[in-house]
Amino acid sequence: MARNKRTSNEINASSMADIAFLLLIFFLVTTTIAQDKGIQVLLPPWSEIEPDPTKLKKRNVFSVLVNADNQLLVRGELASVDDLRERAKEFIVNPSRREDLAERPDKAIISLKNDRGTEYGTYIEVYNELKAAYEELWDELAKKKYGADVEYNDEMSTAMKKEIRTEIPFVLSEAEPTNFGDEG
Amino acid sequence: MSKFSKKRGKSSPAISTASLPDIIFMLLFFFMVATVMRDASLKIQVNTPTATELTKIKDKSLVNNIYVGRPLPQYQSIYGTSPIVQLNDKPVLKEKIEKDIPLFLENHKLKVPEARHAMIYSSLKVDGDVTMGIVQDVKTALRKAGQLKINYSAKQKSGDL
Repeated sequence: MARNKRTSNEINASSMADIAFLLLIFFLVTTTIAQDKGIQVLLPPWSEIEPDPTKLKKRNVFSVLVNADNQLLVRGELASVDDLRERAKEFIVNPSRREDLAERPDKAIISLKNDRGTEYGTYIEVYNELKAAYEELWDELAKKKYGADVEYNDEMSTAMKKEIRTEIPFVLSEAEPTNFGDEG
Repeated sequence: MSKFSKKRGKSSPAISTASLPDIIFMLLFFFMVATVMRDASLKIQVNTPTATELTKIKDKSLVNNIYVGRPLPQYQSIYGTSPIVQLNDKPVLKEKIEKDIPLFLENHKLKVPEARHAMIYSSLKVDGDVTMGIVQDVKTALRKAGQLKINYSAKQKSGDL
């Protein structure tokens, strides 16, 4: 009899909300919603053999050198980061069929070489500009091929993306850096 | 008739709070699922540069973080002032990069199901003022270890586009 009476008693659940609140606040505080973003890069596999650059035609190579003082040398002349994007785009597409620019977009090679003393911020800035040049070209090509309202982005179908990427492939080769100005 | 007129005047009954725990629990579960615990406390100064061509990192469990920067003032007596690498909690001096990075990558791989090994990323969180020398050493070590997918962590450039 007495046992029956006890089981019929309800557990007091009024403190449940308090406990849940405590946990909730803990997770609220520890949560990091901020998402990581960055420039995605695919490194070439490691090989002991140095690649031979002499096989390439000079007109197809867009060389960018960054020295230890963060200065840019683009195709043998001093340049600034601000016109790098436009120059790279002109080089890849070669709209006026100039003799000294790339034969075809898929033959264009961008060669980036830095010094061990180059500041990382400058390197990223240069890399970003070169990548932006490609992104803009892809976007333009997507608009030309699939209509004006199409944008080259993650929502695009893989097949369409692939088609664009075969027409203008992203070729950015990084040479082993020189060692003149590292801080040691 | 008498049934209806029995209603208690105009004073409204107390709002039931019985469903409050349920609502709180729902919120709780959301945050539990969305939470990624704050990773390793940094012993070095990392202020990533800004850029525009960014890709979001989707699955954080597939990413291992490699930090490069100068030691914070309170650690400079131990690690010096020149840039060092930090893998998880452990600062690594320049000379030991080549040995420690493959180990670090293997340790991370153990936590990831084998089918997803090919999707593992290395996120390089590098201070903007560091020189490329040490970054190059890290890159070389990653290439030698076969970890080719990397992500240069950067902030979105404001005022652009």
